[in-house]
Amino acid sequence: MSSFLRIQAVFIKELMQLKRDHMTFGMVIMIPLIQLMLFGYAINTNIRHVPVGVVDYSQTGLSRVLVQTITATQVVNFTKHYLNISQAQQGIAAGEVNAVLIIPKDVSQRLVRHPNIGLGSPPSSDEETSRPIAQWLVDSSDTMIAAAIKGLRNMPLVELLNKPANRGTPTFAVTLLYNPEQRTAVNIVPGLVAVILTMTMIMFTSAAIVRERERGNLEMLITTPVRSYELMLGKIIPYVFIGLIQTAIILGLGHSVFSVPINGSLLQLGAATLLFIAASLVLGLVISTIAKNQLQSMQMTIFVLLPSILLSGFMFPYEGMPIAAQYIAEALPATHFMRLIRGIVLRDVDVFNMRFDLYWLLVFTCAGLLVASLRFKKNLD
Amino acid sequence: MSIATGQEFAISAQQVSKNFGNLKAIQQLDLQVKKQRIYGFLGPNGSGKTTAIRLLTGLLKPCAGNIEVLGYQLPQSAEKLRLKIGYMTQKFSLYDDLTVKENLQFLAKIYGLQGKNQHKRISELLSVYGLDQKANQLAGNMSGGQRQRLSLAGAVLHQPELLFLDEPTSAVDPENRREFWEQLFDLCDQGTTILVSTHYMDEAERCHKLAILEAGIKRADGSPDELMANMNAHVIEVLADNIRELKNQLLSLTDVISAAQLGARLRVLVNKKVTNPIAFLKQLPFAKQIKQAEIVRPSLEDVFVTCTGEGRQ
Repeated sequence: MSSFLRIQAVFIKELMQLKRDHMTFGMVIMIPLIQLMLFGYAINTNIRHVPVGVVDYSQTGLSRVLVQTITATQVVNFTKHYLNISQAQQGIAAGEVNAVLIIPKDVSQRLVRHPNIGLGSPPSSDEETSRPIAQWLVDSSDTMIAAAIKGLRNMPLVELLNKPANRGTPTFAVTLLYNPEQRTAVNIVPGLVAVILTMTMIMFTSAAIVRERERGNLEMLITTPVRSYELMLGKIIPYVFIGLIQTAIILGLGHSVFSVPINGSLLQLGAATLLFIAASLVLGLVISTIAKNQLQSMQMTIFVLLPSILLSGFMFPYEGMPIAAQYIAEALPATHFMRLIRGIVLRDVDVFNMRFDLYWLLVFTCAGLLVASLRFKKNLD
Repeated sequence: MSIATGQEFAISAQQVSKNFGNLKAIQQLDLQVKKQRIYGFLGPNGSGKTTAIRLLTGLLKPCAGNIEVLGYQLPQSAEKLRLKIGYMTQKFSLYDDLTVKENLQFLAKIYGLQGKNQHKRISELLSVYGLDQKANQLAGNMSGGQRQRLSLAGAVLHQPELLFLDEPTSAVDPENRREFWEQLFDLCDQGTTILVSTHYMDEAERCHKLAILEAGIKRADGSPDELMANMNAHVIEVLADNIRELKNQLLSLTDVISAAQLGARLRVLVNKKVTNPIAFLKQLPFAKQIKQAEIVRPSLEDVFVTCTGEGRQ
């Protein structure tokens, strides 16, 4: 009973301090708001309008139509004309363009002999008669841009000759579930919940306890009957609510502004979010027992935040990472929550089918609590 | 308040030592503090006053020795002791961004005080410590004296049997210091034992008993009067022409412990081994300058200077 009262005392004190700290209070609302707007619009993996150049050795009506047809795909924008290949390569090196299309002198002959266009299907091995009609030189250091240009490799050419489309039968039929329009925001917005919660939850808790030590409040507190766990619980409970508010802001705005569907059960979403908030807060507590001042706690927060953004599957697919990196990613709570929230929000999965991610968050929270209370000593030694 | 525990001493410590790495912060400290007394720690900065207080409150674990406070063995029973002691830290350690009242309400809840009792105790404290007008002001915006009174109010909120005050008056003007000591005597009168550290002589003189600390070692203890009576030196005030020169000449003598200028006079401490200090001074080769010399009553500062002279560079 008195333990509950002490937790309540710390809780109310923390709320009052938060209320007076307008900057932090503002950040609680503004961080998710601004970052959602920024990343929701800015991050886009459907690459379009890549600036490219052209070297036209043929200078015919056909070559100009070819350029226009490619422009019509919206994948590239022709911004430069080069006279020869060496100039074009300089242009790529200088970063003027990401790729150059080289149209050979005999483009019309090549087009005529092309199997999809020309005079019926030639023998498959006859390289003399069927060759690609032109060549792309690509700065492939950015794999995403290179992939976009590579996507043009098999673009249909029938429009060039005003012939009916020669639709071959694809090897596979592909059905796009959950994000048929392939909008990046659908994947980014739920992931943003994980990133922003990681950042604010860890930062606020670690700083909140380190601040008490820096200002000397802790020396007074440890001479009172308040116990370590009471102090910690009282200090982190306000941030649980803040975390839920931030989640609501991101998913609510994501739904209304970016039309991100919320297909799953809100109850399961709430449960998974609470568990992730707990894991992040506990991580913040552990940091607070190590850091000597607020600057150090900030540095450690960033140390955790960066892998949470880059390895968790928020930006780059987890499946593409080497095994060692996958192990690191598995250790981060953000990776598991990323899977959970995308699963619940986008795929309406029953959380029971993803229970191992929940278990990890639970194990992480308990282990963190243990470490934090062992490290947080009520004396000054 | 339960003083009837039968014990005479609130604090009893034997041979307590505390090291921080190579630094010997406290060496073989023996301490007996009677209940319902004000006991002082007098010493320069870095003499181990704060460390001693932290050891006695259970915030630090001693490297050696035995500590018993209010019948609790430390550091084992530190948690149980916390309900019965109050501690006012050297630095203001309540919350700057809470008001006076909010700070006290926070502490009251920590000590399990609720509802009517809490309300009653807080308004009582606000009026005793002259903070009623400031109840809704942020602690961070108050003067040094007001903050000190708030700290004291916070430390005594749960009516502790034993109160530790670590240099409580260092940020306070003389007027406020007088008032503060009046409040301490009131508390003492109501049954509280108080242990206060200070580097002000006039404050030390107000204590019932005090210990002089230097470099972690207790150099002397007793009541101010005892300390002055048992002092190992004669105190002589000398009136002379060329005081600065005379002072330097006197300090070169082994039997002169110290010579300090007070306006036109020189306060000279002469070793007690010298039986007739006036004659001792008069027979010196440079005694011609001395116009007048007389033995005066020692002050606590004299005691402090005689005790702590050793080991100083």
